[in-house]
Amino acid sequence: MRHTISVWVDNEPGLLSRVTGLFSGRGFNIESLCVAETVEPGVSRITLVTSGNEQIIEQIIKQLRKLINVIKVVDLTGTEHVEREMALVKVKAEDRFRAEVLRIADIFRCRVVDVSPHAYTLEITGNNEKIGAVLDLLKTLGIQEVVRTGTLAIQRSKKN
Amino acid sequence: MTMTGAQILLKALEREGVKHIFGFPGGAVIDLYDELSRCPTIKHFLVRHEQGAIHAADGYARAAAQVGVCLVTSGPGATNTVSGIASAYMDSIPVVIFTGQVPTALIGNDAFQEVDIVGITRPCTKHNYLVKSVADLARVVHEAFHIARSGRPGPVLVDLPKDVLGGRTTPKFPEQVKIKSYNPTYHANPRQIKRALDLILKAQRPVIYAGGGVISSGAAEELTRLAETLQIPVTNTLMGLGGFPAPHDLWLGMLGMHGTFYANMAIHHTDLLIAIGARFDDRVTGKIEEFAPEAKIIHIDIDPTSISKNVVVDIPIVGDCQDALSQLNELIAALEPRDWAQAHQPWLDQIAAWKRDHPLSYDRNSGELKPQFVVEKLYELTKGEAIITTEVGQNQMWAAQFYPMKRPNRWMSSGGLGCMGYGFPAALGAQVACPHDLVIDIAGDGSIQMNIQEMATAVEYDLPVKVAILNNQYLGMVRQWQQLFYKGVYSQTSMAVAPDFVKLAEAYGGLGLRAEKPEEVEPVILEAINTRKPVLMDFRVSPEECVTPMVPAGAPTHKMILV
Ligand SMILES: Cc1cc2nc3c(=O)[nH]c(=O)nc-3n(C[C@H](O)[C@H](O)[C@H](O)COP(=O)(O)OP(=O)(O)OC[C@H]3O[C@@H](n4cnc5c(N)ncnc54)[C@H](O)[C@@H]3O)c2cc1C
Ligand SMILES: Cc1ncc(C[n+]2csc(CCOP(=O)(O)OP(=O)(O)O)c2C)c(N)n1
Repeated sequence: MRHTISVWVDNEPGLLSRVTGLFSGRGFNIESLCVAETVEPGVSRITLVTSGNEQIIEQIIKQLRKLINVIKVVDLTGTEHVEREMALVKVKAEDRFRAEVLRIADIFRCRVVDVSPHAYTLEITGNNEKIGAVLDLLKTLGIQEVVRTGTLAIQRSKKN
Repeated sequence: MTMTGAQILLKALEREGVKHIFGFPGGAVIDLYDELSRCPTIKHFLVRHEQGAIHAADGYARAAAQVGVCLVTSGPGATNTVSGIASAYMDSIPVVIFTGQVPTALIGNDAFQEVDIVGITRPCTKHNYLVKSVADLARVVHEAFHIARSGRPGPVLVDLPKDVLGGRTTPKFPEQVKIKSYNPTYHANPRQIKRALDLILKAQRPVIYAGGGVISSGAAEELTRLAETLQIPVTNTLMGLGGFPAPHDLWLGMLGMHGTFYANMAIHHTDLLIAIGARFDDRVTGKIEEFAPEAKIIHIDIDPTSISKNVVVDIPIVGDCQDALSQLNELIAALEPRDWAQAHQPWLDQIAAWKRDHPLSYDRNSGELKPQFVVEKLYELTKGEAIITTEVGQNQMWAAQFYPMKRPNRWMSSGGLGCMGYGFPAALGAQVACPHDLVIDIAGDGSIQMNIQEMATAVEYDLPVKVAILNNQYLGMVRQWQQLFYKGVYSQTSMAVAPDFVKLAEAYGGLGLRAEKPEEVEPVILEAINTRKPVLMDFRVSPEECVTPMVPAGAPTHKMILV
């Protein structure tokens, strides 16, 4: 099963290779990994998406906690949380498809971030499935290039 | 007052109580060695190969129950320690390794004798550091020791660029090390202890499976008390030997691939397995689906990753063995007295029958010199009081089987990595830690050649270690597998071409002795023990002797090859 895990780390050089080395060395999957600083100085937050059975996910979480520079690990899967990814897509903009591209962009609330005579660049945000769905539609029109972030995730605040 | 990096490092070592270090110099650490020559409190042992230094530090750590320290230069000095670091990591041994590094400005430029040792050792250290500024040095050194010895112990490497060692600052030595993201759990959850006790009270056929964690926790007494009070039999892993007094009636010997028949049968039939500081290694479990098939499992371990990694357990207890066992013992002391021997009598009788039917054995009447006989004689003539280190292979298994350990911290073997060449330098380290004890490396003729150069170290520092080479002229353990599972094709396992170990010992300035017949064994051992010098004993044993019992790899543990 797919799990989204948040990892707070001491921002030390080499930290990222400790994390990725752990995954490759122990044969765990990484589907995606995002990392950037938090508001707390010196602390970064990694969001990683992995998969495995219950026992493997338990090992992954324990092994991450065991790294000396890891401050906190939370498995967001199974908790109330929001996930977002972003993709930048350069779509061919041949005359007969221009309107169609814009229509799709509109339906999925993509932003057009660059326009040239031959291509539109769209910014898509959403969860993994939404981005997959948009890309599937755009494929039929001709995608020139695509870059995607991994998943970012955050827990929902308690309602009361 | 400002100090150089080299001075700060030595001061920090002093503050950590370091008295002995094992090392080998080179350009990147020459400033440090210069400073060391004026340091009155730390004695440096110059090995002949850096692998010797790291294994010696490991043996020292185990014998002294303190952090072992190793110091080498950059590049090849650093890479030569990697096998030993990996061995210490697998066996959870606290060592701190200092490696020289090229100056910070040159890092990444393929400078002379530059390697990314922090990158290389990331997966085989508990943690490692590249010190980028002399201002960080004091803190990092103290953190390294703290991490190495606390929680689940392990090796920590500190990489020291030349300009950091040569740089100057006014150091701030921390009074206490605090790492906010590192807080091992020592105190076991009392609720879990209570749940464990409930199971223990109900069990009819309980067994304790005790490992290296009992040794590193210093919990041998608490373990013995628990086992004795409740009359529960105890088996040890290779790493746990000495954690329970071997002469005890409740002791089952080692379990696993070359464990005793009765230990493995007890595991197969137990209804409650109490795992204490052991990690369910595949040499122990055999076919994992059939390991302890009838048992509920309690597992005490300080490292959460050890729990439910290979075998899913019923009662996980995260904490220090000593803490958990003391809590258990206290709860038990408060119970109404009960006749535990009687409660477990049918089970103890069954075990006694297994012991009687299939004790550890070998052919005592062949007239040949058997390796097991040599180890038995060593036990007899040293009254079981020697510190034993081993090499890897058959010699290691025979040592485990026929030199039962009475006390903790007196048995050193490369268990998890199985690193040939470990035993001799580890024996030197143990001898430095325990100068008044008899230290014996039980060796194979193959393994001993991997670090034989340390004879010079032994002679130079007057470390009167004895090496008992069980010389079968083969890489015996591999040959055994070839005999049993590869149709007897001995591909590349002959060691027939070897040095004359007696002459070799003499060439180094030690003593060499040889025994070819059973009756020659005793005089050789006695002479070795009575000589205050390093001694190589060359025992010419039966070449094709096999270690039994044996659980073939991947088979369930109750299906043993017995003879
Ligand atoms: C040729 C060969 C054959 C072998 N055959 C066998 C065999 O037949 N039988 C056998 O047993 N082994 C055998 N081994 C050794 C085997 O590979 C493992 O090294 C060994 O079984 C591991 O022992 P352990 O489970 O005690 O774990 P260790 O490696 O000693 O690990 C200790 C465990 O205790 C925990 N711990 C550490 N400190 C504490 C503390 N303070 N409190 C609580 N927990 C703590 C750690 O987290 C870890 O989980 C063989 C090795 C070789 C090379
Ligand atoms: C460094 C290293 N290389 C290879 C091995 C694989 N190996 C395991 S046991 C063994 C044979 C050891 O031979 P010897 O030291 O003569 O001991 P014996 O088994 O004959 O007692 C070998 C080659 C190992 N454990 N370590």
